[in-house]
Amino acid sequence: MEASLQMEFWRNGPQPGALYNFPGSQIWNQNEPTKRTLYPSVTGTSVLGLKFNDGVVIAGDKLGSYGSMARFRDLSRVLKVNDQVVVGASGDYADYQFLSEIIEQRVIEEECLNDGFGYTPSSLFSWLTRVMYNRRSNINPLWNTYVVAGWENNAPFLGYVDKIGTAYQAPTISSGYGAYIAQPLLRDALEKKPNMNVKDAIETIDRCMKVLYYRDARSLNKYELAIVTKDGVEIRSPVTSQPNWEIAHLIKGYE
Amino acid sequence: MSSIGTGYDLSASQFSPDGRVFQVEYALKAVENSGTAIGIRGKDGIVFGVEKLVTSKLYETGANKRIFNIDRHMGMAVAGLLADARQIVETAREEASSYRSNYGSPIPLKHLTDKVSMYVHAHTLYSSVRPFGVSCLIGSYDATDGPEMYVIDPSGVSFGYYGCAIGKAKQAAKTEIEKIKMKDMLCVDLVKEVAKIIYIVHDEVKDKNFELELSWVGEMTDGKHQLVPKNVFTDAEKYAKESLEESDDSDDEDL
Amino acid sequence: MEVLNNRGVEDYQTAGPKQSYFSPYSFNGGSILAVAGEDFAVIASDSRLSEGFSIHTRDQPKTYQLTQNTVVGACGFHGDVLTLIKVLKARIKMYLHEHNKDMSSTAVAAMLSTILYYRRFFPYYVYNIVAGIDDEGKGCVFSFDPVGSYEREPYRAGGSASSMLQPLMDNQVGFKNLPKQARVPLSKEEVVKKVRDGFISAAERDIYTGDEVVVNIITKDGVEVERFPLRKD
Repeated sequence: MEASLQMEFWRNGPQPGALYNFPGSQIWNQNEPTKRTLYPSVTGTSVLGLKFNDGVVIAGDKLGSYGSMARFRDLSRVLKVNDQVVVGASGDYADYQFLSEIIEQRVIEEECLNDGFGYTPSSLFSWLTRVMYNRRSNINPLWNTYVVAGWENNAPFLGYVDKIGTAYQAPTISSGYGAYIAQPLLRDALEKKPNMNVKDAIETIDRCMKVLYYRDARSLNKYELAIVTKDGVEIRSPVTSQPNWEIAHLIKGYE
Repeated sequence: MSSIGTGYDLSASQFSPDGRVFQVEYALKAVENSGTAIGIRGKDGIVFGVEKLVTSKLYETGANKRIFNIDRHMGMAVAGLLADARQIVETAREEASSYRSNYGSPIPLKHLTDKVSMYVHAHTLYSSVRPFGVSCLIGSYDATDGPEMYVIDPSGVSFGYYGCAIGKAKQAAKTEIEKIKMKDMLCVDLVKEVAKIIYIVHDEVKDKNFELELSWVGEMTDGKHQLVPKNVFTDAEKYAKESLEESDDSDDEDL
Repeated sequence: MEVLNNRGVEDYQTAGPKQSYFSPYSFNGGSILAVAGEDFAVIASDSRLSEGFSIHTRDQPKTYQLTQNTVVGACGFHGDVLTLIKVLKARIKMYLHEHNKDMSSTAVAAMLSTILYYRRFFPYYVYNIVAGIDDEGKGCVFSFDPVGSYEREPYRAGGSASSMLQPLMDNQVGFKNLPKQARVPLSKEEVVKKVRDGFISAAERDIYTGDEVVVNIITKDGVEVERFPLRKD
């Protein structure tokens, strides 16, 4: 005991003749595979989208979650690209900001040329599918699901792209948790009323956002709404839905 | 010319014995062969006007524009070799884009001017390159700095101005600009004066046809640089033509 | 702590962000089925796009017309499907510009094989079937595995319900285990009926097959498309 203490005359230091080796200072090992963003950090939950007779509407709430913590309560996840395109994002918020800056710069470059061309919903959508697919192919994904909405060729556009490049267009779209809860409600509403007007569409989306607020623990009752019609993009923010917890006390057995 | 045959004018990297760089002076000559461009800084913004000489009827109208967008809040009017100018425009756009991506805000005009003039100046230092045959007016507007305007010439020097002219009739144009009290004028009125000056300095005998280009940036465009709207353009052009006719009439009376 | 544990309460642990595992692949379901006839070929797919227990959309057929008389059916991971079809279309356009003629169905099949093998060590997770008309005017079907091995066959099923469709076609189109007198070559209409019935049956048991079946009938004159409803649940 006595001897071993004496040997250790310089705590945490190198052995005589050896090199310093600080804990945690191990540099990147070439034999190990490189590690990239393989999980999200600050996240946004579902984005909903619904096509109606003469336009399309999308919505996403304003919460930025850090794991289970409701960390940021006023984040915007809906990006107006130009007068005919909006993009909604769920998933990692930093990745969304990264991509939205790229989109913004590309839009500025388009505007600078002043030749009347710009992103259409389908061209932005197509570009996004390529970005997402290429990132996943390099095993360095952008951890997002994007919903692209817009007005093109005198018709509404609504598309979905996820972090591995799965992409499709549909009359109703829900990302994240909304795929389980809101999607059936949206499909049902559209089946019952195939020719919705703006008001119907907004009411349907509002109902779905409210149900999501009740059932999705990572959601907020303050959301952002984007409506795209032939007249352009309208963004309503914040829209607050009033919850009613009157019957909450009847739910028992989960304390 | 005194420089010819002396051997000191073959390279941008060599001084003449009396301390001149002839390649730069030749570049200035290239600018002076070009149609005039003027810029005036008013109370609420900047107005650019360009006399674009049309050397053949076979050109499409609106071809080879000489006013460019650099970023949303910034524009450039050029005189000299158009192909050289386009390279400067591209450099400026890249600088603006890089500033935006690094700092998340629009590039301050002074900063951009410094960067672009360094680039222009670098082309006056080496025997392997030729200076740019371009002078350019750069203008911007933002809420804190207000309107600003700088001019860069082929030597790479830059100055800030309330009003300036480059190209063929720069002297005549400067004389006209000096008559204007731009410091307490608004852009809506300055546009007309700018158009008028371009019409005054245009040499109908030597260069028959020209197209007028007008752009502005300031409060009235919400801080965006853009070509002036159709109605503003026609009004300004009408005003310019009418005041020319009036002065012609009074000239006739004198005779 | 021990006291708490005895009461069945676990130690409180600081929950960092939850780690999820990244997989570059997904399976989006869908079935394809192709039959070669004497002077025609039929290739069909359902129109459902799924992931897990969710249906992404009910209207994403998995057949893609590539030339006048070539249609490819492709299903598996939809991201790879989109990319592969983009590459195929681009390569076919390049061929058209270079040779001033449409690529033949057999050439499309050969090229698809090399495109797939090019990604041998990070494969396109896609099951392909090419249907068309060969150089002699006969209907042809080529089936592929995801890394490019391929062969010409009289009929083939692929995708999520392939294990149900294939034996049915063995019996109904390939006349396996049938008496000699039943082995009469099928007409276009008969093939379409059998393909459609195959999908109706597959939709009964396979949750990844449903919504609609899209049938492409390929002849020397081009491609006709017919759609029939399937179960939507």
